[in-house]
Amino acid sequence: MTELYLLLIFMIIAAIIAIEIKDLLSSIIAVGAVGLGLSIVFLILKAPDVAITQLVVEILCLIILIRATLKKDLLFSTTGRWFLNTLIVAGFISIFLFVAGKALRELPEFGRPIMKVAATYLKEGLSKTGATNLVASVILDFRAYDTLGEATVLFTAVIGVLAVARRVGRKKQGSELEEED
Amino acid sequence: MSREHGKGMSLIVKTVTRLTVGLILLYGIYIVLHGHLSPGGGFAGGVIIALSFIHLMLAYGKEIALKKLSKPILSLFESIGAITFLSIALLGFSGGYFFLNFISKGKPFKLFSAGIIPFCNIAICLKVGAGLFAIFVVLVLLKFDAENKE
Repeated sequence: MTELYLLLIFMIIAAIIAIEIKDLLSSIIAVGAVGLGLSIVFLILKAPDVAITQLVVEILCLIILIRATLKKDLLFSTTGRWFLNTLIVAGFISIFLFVAGKALRELPEFGRPIMKVAATYLKEGLSKTGATNLVASVILDFRAYDTLGEATVLFTAVIGVLAVARRVGRKKQGSELEEED
Repeated sequence: MSREHGKGMSLIVKTVTRLTVGLILLYGIYIVLHGHLSPGGGFAGGVIIALSFIHLMLAYGKEIALKKLSKPILSLFESIGAITFLSIALLGFSGGYFFLNFISKGKPFKLFSAGIIPFCNIAICLKVGAGLFAIFVVLVLLKFDAENKE
């Protein structure tokens, strides 16, 4: 349990660095450190599927952040109504902590889940689906509706990006004509 | 910086990329096909496959990567993945209900086992890989255009 808390403290420090530092590249690398720490946490908690997915998606997000959004002349807005913003953020955090403190008391103790549903999956997963990876049998057989919803979310996101960043719509504003891709 | 990226990176990076990109692609395919036997699955394998093409694009520039996998083909692959997943789910109605595991289960620990789960993994892999690579391509092309106009 000690290494878990060390990793959590490391992730919190990296997140604070990512917010506070002025250099954009260093900030992105600190965000990547948070993600890698999270993947090691998943590995310690014996969830290799989630660890693999977290690691891979973190690398992809890092590449996209570095390659597609990093520019030298990105505008920083340091001025503004910082007092009001801080007040609003503090208010929301206190409301969230109040509600979460009420809700978390109802949850079972950490590491000791109630094995009502999971015990059935563990017992009958292999015989009912034939998959030796129980995570795959849960996400693609018992709970396939959730996977369908996740696939729909990703599909919608891709369609949205392709529609916003397409070439045809932006060509009308520019003066010169570009060739079709 | 951007002008060099149009033609690709240095010779060292290109050589290492040529040696490793096939291995990364094969590892992604392995993770997808063994998703029902070992940790991994369609989502992680699809992202690894997308990362192999992103690797190619970062090292060699956008022309060579887009020659292998152009944007209409990416849209086609993503739609094929979504439609395949939905039609596998709908084929379950032949036996009773949505998402029924209608193919025979086979023996455990074999590659051809677990009914529809490998096919669902392949469909999700097509969808995720093509979709994420399309997002990367679109964002990079947008940045190229913005730099060219300045």
